[in-house]
Amino acid sequence: MPVLTPADAADAQQMIAAAVAETRPLEIRAGASKQALGRSERPTDVLDVSRLRGVIDYEPSELVLTVHAATPMAEVQTLLDGHGQMLSFEPPDWRALLGAAKSATGTLGGVVACNLAGPRRVRAGAARDYLLGFAAINGRAEAWKAGGKVVKNVTGYDLCKLQAGAFGTLSLLTELTLKVMPKPETACTLVLTGLDDAAAIEALTTALNTPHEVSGAAHLPAAVAARASILRSAGIVGAATAIRLEGPPRSVAFRRDALATLFQALGPGAELGAVDTAAFWAEVGAVRPLLSPSRCIWRLCPPPASAPNLVTALKAQLPTAEIFYDWGGGLIWLATDGDDVDGGAGVIRSRLERSGGHATLIAAAADLRATTPVFDPLPPPLKALHARIKSGFDPLNLFNPGRMHQGL
Amino acid sequence: MLKMPPLDISVMDRRAEIVAALRNIVPGEGVIDSELERRAYDCDGLTAYRQLPLVVAAPQTTAQVVAVMRYCSQQGIKVVPRGAGTSLSGGALPLEDGVLLSMSRFNRILEIDIANRCAVVQPGVTNLGVTHAVQDQGFYYAPDPSSQIACSIGGNVAENSGGVHCLKYGLTTNNVLGVEIVTLDGEVTRLGGKHFDAGGYDLLGVIVGSEGMLGVVTEVTVRILPKPPGARALMIGFSSVEGAGDCVAAVIAAGIIPGGMEMMDRLAVEAAEAFIHAGYPLDCAALLIVELDGCETEVDHLVEAVETIAAAHGATSCRSSQSEAERLLFWAGRKAAFSSVGRISPDYLCMDGTIPRKRIGEVLRRVQQMEAEYGLRCANVFHAGDGNLHPLILYDANIPGQFEQAEAFGADILRLCVEVGGVLTGEHGVGVEKRDLMGTMFSDIDLEQQQRLKCAFDPDGLLNPGKVFPQLCRCAELGRVHVRGGQVRFPDLPRF
Repeated sequence: MPVLTPADAADAQQMIAAAVAETRPLEIRAGASKQALGRSERPTDVLDVSRLRGVIDYEPSELVLTVHAATPMAEVQTLLDGHGQMLSFEPPDWRALLGAAKSATGTLGGVVACNLAGPRRVRAGAARDYLLGFAAINGRAEAWKAGGKVVKNVTGYDLCKLQAGAFGTLSLLTELTLKVMPKPETACTLVLTGLDDAAAIEALTTALNTPHEVSGAAHLPAAVAARASILRSAGIVGAATAIRLEGPPRSVAFRRDALATLFQALGPGAELGAVDTAAFWAEVGAVRPLLSPSRCIWRLCPPPASAPNLVTALKAQLPTAEIFYDWGGGLIWLATDGDDVDGGAGVIRSRLERSGGHATLIAAAADLRATTPVFDPLPPPLKALHARIKSGFDPLNLFNPGRMHQGL
Repeated sequence: MLKMPPLDISVMDRRAEIVAALRNIVPGEGVIDSELERRAYDCDGLTAYRQLPLVVAAPQTTAQVVAVMRYCSQQGIKVVPRGAGTSLSGGALPLEDGVLLSMSRFNRILEIDIANRCAVVQPGVTNLGVTHAVQDQGFYYAPDPSSQIACSIGGNVAENSGGVHCLKYGLTTNNVLGVEIVTLDGEVTRLGGKHFDAGGYDLLGVIVGSEGMLGVVTEVTVRILPKPPGARALMIGFSSVEGAGDCVAAVIAAGIIPGGMEMMDRLAVEAAEAFIHAGYPLDCAALLIVELDGCETEVDHLVEAVETIAAAHGATSCRSSQSEAERLLFWAGRKAAFSSVGRISPDYLCMDGTIPRKRIGEVLRRVQQMEAEYGLRCANVFHAGDGNLHPLILYDANIPGQFEQAEAFGADILRLCVEVGGVLTGEHGVGVEKRDLMGTMFSDIDLEQQQRLKCAFDPDGLLNPGKVFPQLCRCAELGRVHVRGGQVRFPDLPRF
């Protein structure tokens, strides 16, 4: 398999020009941490851009970070951490979820291309909300840019939104500018125990609807909670409904007390301190409590309050499915047995059609991802619009063809 | 003089026939034909540019919008969508040969869904109308452009409107969960909903801020937030703009994201104080208003922290609001800054660039030099938290040539914003106002790429043409794949 490894963006542009001349499709890759994400259709040629790395500009007081697209996440996080800042959409580490090799490294470009977001999504948004600008190379081998390097900008169409979550199908990202935010001084997690799903989502809704700035709202049913190492080591038994608070210590203490009082009737509950809080929500973001090699893992995004009813309906048809909730119900992680013929796609998608929302097959064997749509199939007019958009950026269908939808 | 796309005389000749066809679609008073009534629609908030629309259609249902769009598409008639008409960039400037599609009758709040923290509204509902509908339940809609009493949610979506609280709470794009749009071919598409993110490309994110050029928004699902329990404001004077700028940087560097952080220069402070009597110090070169919100413990803690930072940065005065009434008074002067400037000058132009915050001192110094060069005064209001600068250029339209001078001055300021690493517009949009400056920020290739997105939604270029892009787009030509060697692209296309 030919692997092209450009030294810089100009080099990449030349390689893409050669691919254009020969109409030769390319799989875009950097840290190889998300190779199992998306449909399994892959071109034979790989454009490995992992050398496009390094920080270009970082101005903590401007809240702006500009990097080459394949800068490893670890490098980004260490840099920001040193200045008391962070990516507030809390990009999760999906390497275990996606069965990536030990050597795989997540990159910021990959995070943006897949529009990842962790538990703080419920309050702070996703990668799409923090991408301020980028440089890219389109499928005509033209270098182009959009957005800017300041935190507020409406000049021209917001193509940042389109690039975030396009899974590399529109252009090769070469440079990214993101808005960064201060890290909260401290954090804690209030854990309510023993609630059933409906009561738990109701409690999370109540918490999110207070002005107490809840920045994490997850519910792990008993069997799943038992596999969350932090809950185990904290001696928390049974279903766990977790509410995260972040900010200055006095403010966190005040809001924790307020919420504890609000939920008094639900039992004593437990609390995780700052260190356990960080570890617990990293586990939640990484979907660790559901992982098991033979399972298909689905990511469902329904209207948050509808989540428990949706799960009840799904479980009636997929009795062995296991789930947990994040984003106050706005995200359901669902694991089905690998031996379901379509990984549960038919059941899941027909239910979601009724409740609203969408489902993505995140982790599954390659043969299943070849036959089962990974992203929700698009209704014909919308699919035609997607095709016209794709062709506006990549007219020869060279970049990651078929990664999101067949023929796109 | 502003150039718009060439007029389609054949459409103008068929005016009576088009009016009749539209009346068949939108009954009653939904079609506005008389010149006198059309006159009310001849401009938006950018009043320097006026143009009588061919006809105004004000549909009431999505089905009517579909029929109007389908008719116009089949007949090759241009369509300009309009919300409340408060755009400051001419985004809703009508076309002499185009139908003005007024969405003002889409004014109903369809659903308030507290459990899912959202509201479903029609696009003609005002920005403040959303907050009013949910405030009894302790919620509000975060983006708060200064026109919020009048501007519509549909217009906010088109322009990706901001406001004074967007550093902490985001722009429209961060607070919209879903839209229903009608494209020019009459296709109704729902993007997003009450859930997070989308299944395919993030077309919702593209619609927001597309200045009414990709589709007409017929329904919006907005995210609503629980209202912070408390807020206090600080009013801090500085003897120099640089001092105030350094203080802003230090607040952010200390890890504090205020709910709002505004700066006004001396002229803006004087004008506002003369009008509102907010108690602004008149001996300062720059005034900061910093608002901290959250629970009481946090607010008090942050007020102390900002006071300490301000003192360390040479503040000449510092007051913190001791009551809600006082907090609102501190804001009253800032919120009335534009109208205050309107009192000291017959006319003013409001500009809207964003700069890296650290360049504020330098930028204002150069704006001062330009004041001397152009012989015009400029008051500056600055969303200091996010670097969004609103220079207000004072002029008198009755003095021949002064408007053109003011426009040239404004363009120079925006070029300066780009030169120091900023952008042409932070929240008002490009519209017609900044259209011809797009080349200072983007290359031809960048702009072609943007226009290819337009082509995917509107291949015939009939929806709101003449806005945003300094060059007419011909989709067939843009769609071709061809190798270029640095020659001028599309030399035959008209440039405005």
